[in-house]
Amino acid sequence: MESTMTLTSNTLVYFVALPLLSAALLLLLGRKADRWGHVLATTVAGATFVFGLIELVAMMGRDEYSRAIHQKVFTWISVGSFQVDAALLLDQLSICFVLLITGVGTLIHIYSIAYMAEDPDRRRFFAYLNLFIAAMLLLVLGDSFLNLYVGWEGVGLASYLLIGFWNKKAEYATAAKKAFVANRVGDLGLSIAIMIAFAVFGTVTFKGIEAQAESASQAAMVAIGLMLLLAAAGKSAQFPLQSWLGDAMAGPTPVSALIHAATMVTAGVYLIVRSNFIFDNAPTAQFVVVLVGAITLLFGAIIGMAKDDIKKALAASTMSQIGYMVLAAGLGPIGYAFAIMHLLTHGFFKAGMFLGAGSVMHGMNDEVNMRRYGGLARYMPITTVTFGLGYLAIIGVPPFAGFYSKDKIIEAAFNLGGSKGIIFGSITLLGAVITAFYMTRVFMMTFLGKKRWSEGVHPHESPFLMWAPMVLLAVGSVASGFLLYSGKRLEYWLKPVVDKHGHSHEEFLSHSTVTTLALSAVAIGVAIAIVKYRGEVPSSAPEKVSFLTKAARRDLLQDDFNEAVLMRPGQGLTKALVATDEKVIDGAVRVVAGAALGSARGLRSIQSGYVRNYALLILVGVAVLIAAIWVITA
Amino acid sequence: MSALTVLGILPLLGALVVATLGKSDAKRAKLVALLASTITALYAIFVAVGFEVDRPGFQFVESRDWIPAFGITYGVGVDGLSLVLILLAVILVPIVILAGWDEAESGRWSAKTFYILILILETMMIGVFAATDLFLFYVFFEAMLVPVYFLIGGYGSGERIQAAVKFLLYSLFGGLLMLASLIGLYVMANDQIGKTFDITALSRLEMSSTTEHLLFLGFFIAFAIKAPLWPVHTWLPDAAKSATPGTSVLLLGVLDKVGTFGMIRYCIELFPNASKTFTPLIVTLAVISIIYGAFLAIGQKEIKRLIAFTSISHFGFIVMGIFAMTTQGHSGSALYMVNHGFSTAALFLVAGWMIKRRGSSLIADFGGLQRVTPVLAWSFFIAGLSGLALPGLSSFVSEILVLVGTYTRYPVAAVIGGFGIILAALYILIPVQRTLHGPTTPGNENLSDLNLREKIAIAPVIALIVLLGFYPKPALDLINPVAETTIAKAGFTDPAPTVGSERR
Repeated sequence: MESTMTLTSNTLVYFVALPLLSAALLLLLGRKADRWGHVLATTVAGATFVFGLIELVAMMGRDEYSRAIHQKVFTWISVGSFQVDAALLLDQLSICFVLLITGVGTLIHIYSIAYMAEDPDRRRFFAYLNLFIAAMLLLVLGDSFLNLYVGWEGVGLASYLLIGFWNKKAEYATAAKKAFVANRVGDLGLSIAIMIAFAVFGTVTFKGIEAQAESASQAAMVAIGLMLLLAAAGKSAQFPLQSWLGDAMAGPTPVSALIHAATMVTAGVYLIVRSNFIFDNAPTAQFVVVLVGAITLLFGAIIGMAKDDIKKALAASTMSQIGYMVLAAGLGPIGYAFAIMHLLTHGFFKAGMFLGAGSVMHGMNDEVNMRRYGGLARYMPITTVTFGLGYLAIIGVPPFAGFYSKDKIIEAAFNLGGSKGIIFGSITLLGAVITAFYMTRVFMMTFLGKKRWSEGVHPHESPFLMWAPMVLLAVGSVASGFLLYSGKRLEYWLKPVVDKHGHSHEEFLSHSTVTTLALSAVAIGVAIAIVKYRGEVPSSAPEKVSFLTKAARRDLLQDDFNEAVLMRPGQGLTKALVATDEKVIDGAVRVVAGAALGSARGLRSIQSGYVRNYALLILVGVAVLIAAIWVITA
Repeated sequence: MSALTVLGILPLLGALVVATLGKSDAKRAKLVALLASTITALYAIFVAVGFEVDRPGFQFVESRDWIPAFGITYGVGVDGLSLVLILLAVILVPIVILAGWDEAESGRWSAKTFYILILILETMMIGVFAATDLFLFYVFFEAMLVPVYFLIGGYGSGERIQAAVKFLLYSLFGGLLMLASLIGLYVMANDQIGKTFDITALSRLEMSSTTEHLLFLGFFIAFAIKAPLWPVHTWLPDAAKSATPGTSVLLLGVLDKVGTFGMIRYCIELFPNASKTFTPLIVTLAVISIIYGAFLAIGQKEIKRLIAFTSISHFGFIVMGIFAMTTQGHSGSALYMVNHGFSTAALFLVAGWMIKRRGSSLIADFGGLQRVTPVLAWSFFIAGLSGLALPGLSSFVSEILVLVGTYTRYPVAAVIGGFGIILAALYILIPVQRTLHGPTTPGNENLSDLNLREKIAIAPVIALIVLLGFYPKPALDLINPVAETTIAKAGFTDPAPTVGSERR
């Protein structure tokens, strides 16, 4: 292991400050900024991208071990040994995210100028987009878990505001709240991880923890790892916290592309890869990460098969693809680089397909039901081609982007070795079959076959400002995989961050075997879909379907489960406590006060035995309290 | 004369000027009150600038004989903790007056009396934090009840008399226990060092552990009622519901802090050993308060009661941090007192404006305000985000400090308390959704947005919430030394990082 050197920078803060100020300006000026708000926001997003490119070039000019740069902006929280600076770190890992966020972000800003042109609140929309960019950049640039936390909840806030952008509709407002609350469950995980990290290491910076990681107890590392996984599951819609993502499609489609496909939902993967020094020392936690990834990749894929709403089908697919990334991240040093590779290629093809879906909706009077589409290829050639390239990329057809990244994850899963390797490897293969199936289904139902829309609809291609970003993302869907993969470019690039010690692994299956298996899986999936959807597609969903299909249409019943196990009991508990507070606690106080004052009423209630009941209750209460003290402060 | 004495006299002078005005001259009464409280705030900031952060002990000290027969003095002085709380109080008073410009008019008595009561209360709030003589503290502690009683009972709404009486009885009960402890302390001081109520002198008394436990409880119960802690909290929701929004701001934002302040200054400093003994019980009650308050808040239908219960949850955090007996816990709690003051002020003021416009305080009567009254809606939303401790806003800093500081000593308590993070999202976002989002419901179509006066009142509060979230250093610089000395006086040291202590 070579020692790494961190240079000091004094410009990193602009990555966060510029979009933040722009957002604040647009919100504070209000209607006065309506005319030019979108221009400012898009310019700022573009500027951060250019800035990112400059940093990339500079970074490539430095040698492998002095690429990271750091900026302390100010002392944020300083209490005793708890020292947290507002400080940013740009290294080989964060620059990947910076370019993804600002690059895809800028394209989506441009697309939104046209997509939101008719919306009276377009300026507010762009303010939220800039707020998101600022928070997401802070998330990936923060040099400690606490700085990351600020960005982490910042993107949650932006996501809440954007999902609920059209919150005049009550169910959209509910979807926004649901996303925030599910994320907060994850945030509790992040908070607890921070608490444990401080108690164990006396610091919460990545660097400080990494330096001591190998001396920490196994129990502490596993605990931190699992809490970080909880956080990641909330943000990245992983099992069992995934149910908010489908509802989040209530937001305008560019938001679904940027936040709920390309960037924010992948933050969990970033968190795990960033915390590699924790997970590498906590094999138990790593295993759970792989498990959660495997469950989610199947979960999402199965849901994706059953959805008729094009955005919800894509959302399910996102969940599933992030499952792949999480699984890869759980594999440790052999997987980190491929998790990030798949994250980057996915950023291109999924954002591109979401924009494509937005373009279709734009031409179809905001219809989202694929059963009302059909044969759109003739009317929307550019959308069809760009979406098609994304489709080929996601199912993993060579030489498109997803082929390289997914292939490597499947290979890495098999290379776990033993029965674990076979099980998880097979799951990734099965996932590839299902992915090929449901994506072929989406493509065929939307662009091929006979038209199923009604007379009043006049599908048409979208304007230049919308299709240009789609074309650029399609180029990424084609080329990004090969570029990152060839010559192990990304692996070597990330090595100083995620694989300092250099790993070795035995090859369980040869590369060509895995490729053959993966391509067969794709072929099977595509073939089944073609057979099934080549003929007439009913324009309303069939009623007589298997239980699994019914369950998949209802997101595999996670909502029903949450409702039955958490929400209803929670509501019951709330009601019971409200009643207890009025009747029992306040009642006891009143009776005790009455008795103490010796009022006639108090005396009378003693005779009636009323007080005896309360005395008994207080006695029971004290007993429970003593038990609680023992548990809480043991 | 100490600057603190001058500071305390300024609002009183204002009250005197108001008293000379004609009975029906409401307009001039509020102008004078606004002016007097603004001058007080500016002077307090001027005084605070001269505070030397690194100097230990009390500053701006003044001590004069008051009742020499009992060794009672007029003793004032501030350290960093009492200073930030005084600043909180004097900044909130002019904001409250400006925000509730017409709220005195629905009272039983004249607006003139209302402003006299507010200004007298301000003097007492300064005094209660500045007192360095236990008897003087007690006098302010009890005397404060009088203006608050009349402010709730005379100018509130709904069942205001009942609420005021409930508040008074609860507080008197606590005060009585405190008085008993106070006399006990005096008797012992008389035996050991002579007649005195000076808190520095009293903290050096020797006593048997039984005595110490009993005296501690006298103080603690009084403060637990004031703060308030579960299960002696039931007066607060009623009082908050019935009081005017401005009174609620002062009651929850400042007066309740006397409870948590008292726990640090009097319970721990005077009775370190008893504090240690009772810590497990108190931490448990605090954790219960966090979760209980949060659930109760979720279950409320009335907006002011909801805010009151969120405060009970937040007081739970504050008390947990105090009795975790770590530097981070203590500083976090002290900062929490300030942050909670501002974010609750924002919530109550905006809620008050909503209620005034709509003529109802039921959450169900609102809906879709974001489209009708955007500025009001944004203010409520930001106040709410501060209430759920969103990172970047001030309450996040204090909440994470309390959690981190508690975990090092009581991991289970910190983790259970941590669930408050999830519940907070519910108790804020549910009312936000019901009042601000969705279609605009009948009766809300023509509500007016915030006017200039209201904007001026809420702007500094929101600015402080954001500023202290990004840059808490000025407040922490004042608070940290107090936290460190209090922990040391109680005989605690921060647990060291455990890394390396147990090899795997």
